[in-house]
Amino acid sequence: MTGKTLYDKIWDDHVVHTEEDGSTLIYIDRHLIHEVTSPQAFEGLRLSGRRPWRTEANLAVADHNVPTTERECGISDPISRLQIETLDANCEEFGITEFRMSDRRQGIVHVVGAEQGASLPGMTIVCGDSHTSTHGAFGALAFGIGTSEVEHVLATQCLVQRKARNMRVVADGVLHHGLTAKDLILAIIGRIGTAGGTGCTIEFAGSTIRSLSMEGRMTVCNMAIEAGARAGLIAVDAATIDYLKERPFVPKGALWERAVAAWERLCSDETSLFDKTITLAASDIRPQVTWGTSPEMVLPIDASIPDPSRMLDPVQRASAQRALDYMGLRAGTPLEDVSVDKVFIGSCTNGRIEDLRAAAEMVRGRKRAANVKQALVVPGSGLVKEQAEREGLDRVFREAGFEWRDPGCSMCLAMNADKLEPGERCASTSNRNFEGRQGYGGRTHLVSPAMAAAAGVYGHFVDVTDL
Amino acid sequence: MKAFTEITARVVPLDRANVDTDAIIPKQFLKSIRRAGFGPYLFDEWRYLDRGEPEMDCSQRPLNPDFVLNHPRYKGAQILLARENFGCGSSREHAPWALDDYGFRAIIAPSFADIFFNNCFKNGLLPIVLDASIVDNLFRSAVPGVDLTINLAQQTVTTPDGNQIPFQIDPSRKHRLLHGLDDIGLTLQCADAIRAYEQRRRREVPWLFPGSETAH
Repeated sequence: MTGKTLYDKIWDDHVVHTEEDGSTLIYIDRHLIHEVTSPQAFEGLRLSGRRPWRTEANLAVADHNVPTTERECGISDPISRLQIETLDANCEEFGITEFRMSDRRQGIVHVVGAEQGASLPGMTIVCGDSHTSTHGAFGALAFGIGTSEVEHVLATQCLVQRKARNMRVVADGVLHHGLTAKDLILAIIGRIGTAGGTGCTIEFAGSTIRSLSMEGRMTVCNMAIEAGARAGLIAVDAATIDYLKERPFVPKGALWERAVAAWERLCSDETSLFDKTITLAASDIRPQVTWGTSPEMVLPIDASIPDPSRMLDPVQRASAQRALDYMGLRAGTPLEDVSVDKVFIGSCTNGRIEDLRAAAEMVRGRKRAANVKQALVVPGSGLVKEQAEREGLDRVFREAGFEWRDPGCSMCLAMNADKLEPGERCASTSNRNFEGRQGYGGRTHLVSPAMAAAAGVYGHFVDVTDL
Repeated sequence: MKAFTEITARVVPLDRANVDTDAIIPKQFLKSIRRAGFGPYLFDEWRYLDRGEPEMDCSQRPLNPDFVLNHPRYKGAQILLARENFGCGSSREHAPWALDDYGFRAIIAPSFADIFFNNCFKNGLLPIVLDASIVDNLFRSAVPGVDLTINLAQQTVTTPDGNQIPFQIDPSRKHRLLHGLDDIGLTLQCADAIRAYEQRRRREVPWLFPGSETAH
C-alpha cells in the first residue's frame, strides 16, 4: 500500500470541505501578520462588517518599514509611519496580539514566530509574505498568501486551495567546513531553477538536512519560494522537539507530552511516492555566490562570470545578458575578483543567532576593507539582538567597523532607510537579487553570513573555506 | 470582485522571463494602505528614466522610450503577453492591483509563479497558461500591434486570423470569475462545516486551541 508524504498528512488533517474539481477549503491554525500586506485586509473586514473568526490564531508584528537606528525618535518617513500606526490601530480594534516596535520581542515576523514557538509541527501557517515557507522547518505546512487571502483567513480561518504536487529534494553527506544551509539552498536553486518547484511542496530530506540545526533548516525552507515552491517542509525529529521545548507559545505539561507524541508521526511514510525527486551530494557543494538578477543565477566561488553568448536557449541568453548589463559585470571575470561596496547581514533568511555568530567569527580581530563603504548587521529580532550582545558579538562587529542595528527587514527589501544607491554592489545574506530589490539600481550578490562578512573584510568575494 | 466574460483588446509583448513582483511594483509603493492607485507605478523602474517615489505625479516623469509599454502601438493594451515564471518572488497583491489599475484584464504566459497566479483570480484578472511554442508564435505576431479576443466561458483565445486557441482553467475559479463572486461570502456558506471541524480538532489536538474562545 502506498503511504502518505508529510505534506499529504498535514493537508489531510486540515481539509474542511472539498469541491468536485479538487478545490478544497483548508483550515488555518496560525496567521502571522505584518504592516505591509494587512491594511487593505482589515479595511475589507470593516467594510463588510466582519470580525476575525478566531482572534487568538493571529499574531502581528511590524517589520518591513521599521527603522534600524534611533528608534526612540520614531519613524521619520510619514508614509511608513502611517502604515505601522495603521497596524497598531487594527490590532487594537480587533483584539489581535501584536509585538509593537517598542517591544523587546519585535523583529522579522518569520524570526519572531519561530522563536516564540508560535509555529508548531503539523500546523497550517500562513502570512501575507512569501517567506512564510520558513516555518516549514518545523514540519508545518507554511506558505505565503496575498492580501485578499489575508482578509479571507481573518474572516473565516480558512483558505480555498488546490493541493500541490509532492516534490522531494534529498541532500546526503557532510558539508565542507565553513559551508552552511545558505550554500546548500543556493546550490539547490541553481540546480532546479527558480521555477523548479512551481506547483509543488518541497520536502527537504537526507542526512545533510537532518544534520542541520533548526536555524539552518529555517534558512533552507525560507528559500523554497526562490525555487518556485510556496512551501518547503522538513520532517520532525529530536532537534525540532528540543528547539521548541519551553518557548512561550508552546503547550506545557501533560499537553506538551501529548503533542510530542503526535508530532513524532510527522514524517513521510517509507512507502510514500513523490511526483519528483532530486538528489544531491553535500560534498560537491562549494561556497555559493549569485552573479545575476535571479537566485538561480548562482555559481561556486571558484567559478567565473558566465558567458551569455555560449548559452543555447535564446530566452536564457537574453536574461543572462540583461543581468550582466544590470550587474555591471563582464563574462569571464573570476567571482573572487568582484569587489563590493556594501555588506548586509540579516533578513528572515540569515538574521538568527547562529548566522550572527558565523559572521562575527569571520570579522573578529579584522577590519572592514577600505573600499567597503558600509557593512550593516541587522539582527532578526530583539531577542536575537539581546542574545548576541550577551555573547559580545556587537562589540566584535563594531570594532571591525560594522554597524550594529535594531531588528527588522532592513536592506533585504529596502522599504526603510537602509538601501543601496544606484550602481552599488552588495554582498547580502538576504534571499532575492532582483533588479532594484535592495535599492534603485543596486546590485545584489546573495551569499552566506560568513561569505558576506569575509567580503566586508577583504573588499571582494573570497572563499571562506580557504581562510 | 469584477467579473470576466469576454474581451477583445490590444496585446503587449513583454519579452522577459522570470519577471518578479518587485519589477511589477517596486517596494516603495507598498507603503500605501490603499488598494487602488498603483497603475501609474506599474513596472516603474523599467517604464520611467528617473527613480519613482510614492505620491509622485507620473505625468511629469521622463518615460523610457525603449520599454514596450511606452510604445504608441500598444497604447490601451489590456492583455499582457509574457514569458516563463511570470510574477515570481514576493506575495505582494499590489502586483495584480497595479496591473488591474493600469487596465490589464488578462496575462498570457507559458507559466506563472503560484502566489501571483492565485492573487490574480481575487482581482478579476485572468492568467492564461499556454504552451511555450504557442506563446512564441503569439510573441511573433504581437510585435506590430494586434488585438486578441479572450472568451472565458468558451476558454478560448482567438487571434485576428480566426485561430482559436483553447486554454484550461479550474471549474471553480472559472465560475467565480465569470460571475465576479466574493470568495469570503462563499466560504462563509460553509460556516457550519468550519465549526464542526474546529470542534473535532479541539478534542484531537487541543494544544492548537489555547484559550478556545471563538466569535462564532
